Amino acid sequence: MSVHEQFAEDLALYALGALEGGERASIEKHLEECASCRRELEQLSGDAALLALTTSGPRPPARAKSRLMDAIASESKLQTARPRLQWWTALGWLTAAVMVVFAIGFWRQNKHLSSTVGQLSGMLERQRADYEKVRRVADVLNARDATPYLVLPVSVKTLPPSGKAIYSRERNGLVFVASNLGPLPSGKAYELWLVPKQGAPIPAGVFKPDVHGGAVMLNPPLPVGVEAKAFAITIEPEQGSTTPTPPIIMMGAGG
Amino acid sequence: MSTAAKNLGLNDGALVSAVRSGNQDAMAQLYDRYSSVVYAVALRVLTDAAAAEDVLQEIFMQLWRNPGSFDASRGNLAPWLAVIARNRAVDLLRKRKPQTEITEAVVSVEPDMASEADRGRTVEKVRAVLKEMPASQRSALEMAYFEGYSHSEIAEKTKEPLGTIKTRIRAGLMLLRKAVEAT
Repeated sequence: MSVHEQFAEDLALYALGALEGGERASIEKHLEECASCRRELEQLSGDAALLALTTSGPRPPARAKSRLMDAIASESKLQTARPRLQWWTALGWLTAAVMVVFAIGFWRQNKHLSSTVGQLSGMLERQRADYEKVRRVADVLNARDATPYLVLPVSVKTLPPSGKAIYSRERNGLVFVASNLGPLPSGKAYELWLVPKQGAPIPAGVFKPDVHGGAVMLNPPLPVGVEAKAFAITIEPEQGSTTPTPPIIMMGAGG
Repeated sequence: MSTAAKNLGLNDGALVSAVRSGNQDAMAQLYDRYSSVVYAVALRVLTDAAAAEDVLQEIFMQLWRNPGSFDASRGNLAPWLAVIARNRAVDLLRKRKPQTEITEAVVSVEPDMASEADRGRTVEKVRAVLKEMPASQRSALEMAYFEGYSHSEIAEKTKEPLGTIKTRIRAGLMLLRKAVEAT
């Protein structure tokens, strides 16, 4: 045995893990330089292993093997699953792509819904406007000063067109209903005139009768607060006139 | 013939090679051969069945993950596993981090213990030597090896001089060596 005798006992302790402190550091430094002491350490570790092998006791529980083999199988699966990581990566991209498609779909749907909402808003606005017109008609008809004006043909030979205008100065509204109106020359239209108690006739709207000679005008734009003496109808160019063009074919006073 | 059946006749080195290839049946064979040794050592040190089972699990998982840490040309698997089990159990007992990686554990045992019969004969001789050994010497060895005490702690507990403890421990290991060399 060529082991250094001064280290012999410390080597035995070191093999058992029973050496500590400065002595341990010293032997470790020596072992780095001494091959024969390293071989002796291996031998002493073997001697100590004999001590370990003498132990006896109960066998490990059966579950211990199951636990070990399950752990090993799990690790093996993880290792063999590595190539699948690429598949998962691909799945990730696929998922992202699907999400993009869905996002585009949702964006389009959102856009469509926005358009629908816009259309509904437009409809609502139109309905509000229609309601406002009806409300104003009702206001005029129910107004305290609502006065019917019977408009009859000026010439008894003209059969039997008639019109009725209901006007409210307070509500600044006018409802005009006509029937049996004769057909118009091309490019011409009937024009209703508000004839005030003072001043020139005021245009109250241009209209054309339907095939049965009927016509209705609801609340045409009129100056506010005008007191009407009568309403009259003339035939004017389609775009209307600012002053009545004779002859006046229909006319009626209030009352 | 199943893989497990083929593995039955293989020696430790071949089984470790198979483990290196990821053969789980070979790992099961090694467990069947040496789990009792590892568990017994861990239980002897820790005196706690659950803790010993954890050490058993840990040691074989390390072998599975790093079968190359065992060098079959430098010794037998049984003493190698016994040593790393003892080291890990003592680390747990002393509540310290692992002092030695299994890759650093080098164990050289002269007699061939490849077969269970060989190992049984060797163990019986060692037990006989321990039985004949003076109680103070056997106690010093066991306190150091199974209880993880340092030589100064043993000296303090036994009220013996430090030099005496050193001498007893080394002499005790030499007696064990001589017992197996005579095989």
